[in-house]
Amino acid sequence: MDPEDIDIREIRILPGTKKNGEKEGYDNIVIVPGETISIVGPTGSGKSALINDIEMFARKDTVTGRTVLVNGAHPPEEYVRDPSKKPIASITQNTKCLADLPVSEFLEMHIKARKMGDVEDVALKTIELANEFVGEKISGDVKITGLSGGQTRALMIADAVVISNSPIILLDEVENAGIYKDKVIECVKRFRKAVVFVTHDPLISLMCDKRVVMSNGAVEKVIKPNGEEKSTLKEIMQTDRRIDIVREKIRSGESIADCWQLFGQAC
Amino acid sequence: MKLLIIAGPPSAGKTTVARQVIRHLLLKSKVSYFKIDVVRAFEDEELKKEFGIPTRKVYSGDLCPDHTGIMVLGDAIDWAEKNGSDFLIMESAGLCLRCSPYTTEGLGIVVLSAISGTNTPLKMGPMVSLADVAVVTKIDLISQAEREVFREKIKEVSKSMDIVEMNAVQGTGVQYLMRTIDSLSDIDKDKIELRGMAPLGVCTVCIGKKDIGWQNHFGVIRKLDGADYLYRGD
Repeated sequence: MDPEDIDIREIRILPGTKKNGEKEGYDNIVIVPGETISIVGPTGSGKSALINDIEMFARKDTVTGRTVLVNGAHPPEEYVRDPSKKPIASITQNTKCLADLPVSEFLEMHIKARKMGDVEDVALKTIELANEFVGEKISGDVKITGLSGGQTRALMIADAVVISNSPIILLDEVENAGIYKDKVIECVKRFRKAVVFVTHDPLISLMCDKRVVMSNGAVEKVIKPNGEEKSTLKEIMQTDRRIDIVREKIRSGESIADCWQLFGQAC
Repeated sequence: MKLLIIAGPPSAGKTTVARQVIRHLLLKSKVSYFKIDVVRAFEDEELKKEFGIPTRKVYSGDLCPDHTGIMVLGDAIDWAEKNGSDFLIMESAGLCLRCSPYTTEGLGIVVLSAISGTNTPLKMGPMVSLADVAVVTKIDLISQAEREVFREKIKEVSKSMDIVEMNAVQGTGVQYLMRTIDSLSDIDKDKIELRGMAPLGVCTVCIGKKDIGWQNHFGVIRKLDGADYLYRGD
């Protein structure tokens, strides 16, 4: 496979073995562009190991014994070894931007490393997209180290979409960072990206096209919502919007006494 | 016997990389480990306890640590051969950026921490440029953008560098370093030379004399005006 060929039609995860040596309980998990997948399960159930397998394009050489194929074949080594060729962007709670640079210069540094044209234009587009994900707008002349946790995550997601142009984005527990998760999901569909969320957030899990349930180091099952959760999801989305209203009020120092009157608008 | 020389700044993860390499090598080989440090070092005791392999250390004290390494390397090779080892791993103190401890015959590995800033590879001179392999550690902690730029900067220093990104704690990526190590040939002790010119003038500063001003020193000296290097003494 040519490493320059980033036309990824699918990523397929083949089962490994459970801790007791038995084969995992699924045939394969397929990720296609434009699709969202959530990985759920208790702490220590193997969620991060699954993400690691995807990121490393495991070929039975990780602890889980899983295999990850690209378009049905083992991907070229550059996919794993060279971050600029890798079709996967991984953003975790640990991922930080350390450079002491203004946002636009930071992005321009990345754009130049990728040898893309229209440096300033691409940087602006990236900031614009990042601003769709957060309440407090990011400005290009602010130092990257001065951004909030949510702004930093938003910028990294936008960077992965616009500059890295990664077909697959792995987001490991980013929900605590205060970004608009529905906007992120809407965006990845718009840009035909596949996103894998490792998450404890019920709304994200339910909004995804597939739900991979982990337990005891292995994939327990893969749930494909068939519509029967729709009514529950609708209720939860409404609750989420109501909480958003209350959150904004609290953050701006206002009383929430009248919030209940606004709840009707959140339907 | 084969020789691996690991260099890199303090806290880059040199010993953690060494640990991953030793774990793989011990499956079919015998390994001796040698650590050079300035004041204190514990790596030899840790690795001896963990793997039960012969380990040793030397403190450079007032002498420059790379200088010490160069001086003792011959003895260290004899020691490792006497141990019946297939591999000698020399780990440097990782302080001075003016010289590099790599030799012909052996594999030069520079360990760089991804969180040390994107310009770091450019600042490290021969420690990077004369290495065969650059192992980049702590990659899980920085943004994709900085990770790519860090790699570009290494390539800027050495276009042909074999770059191995590694999460050294988890051991991910170590297989690519092992591939290079597995292809090494045995060293010929009589042919080993330093790869670079070490700017290690054995001057009176190197050996711990504290006076200032060139008038008080012997060896390679330098005056402010006419800033050429001079040699004073026999």
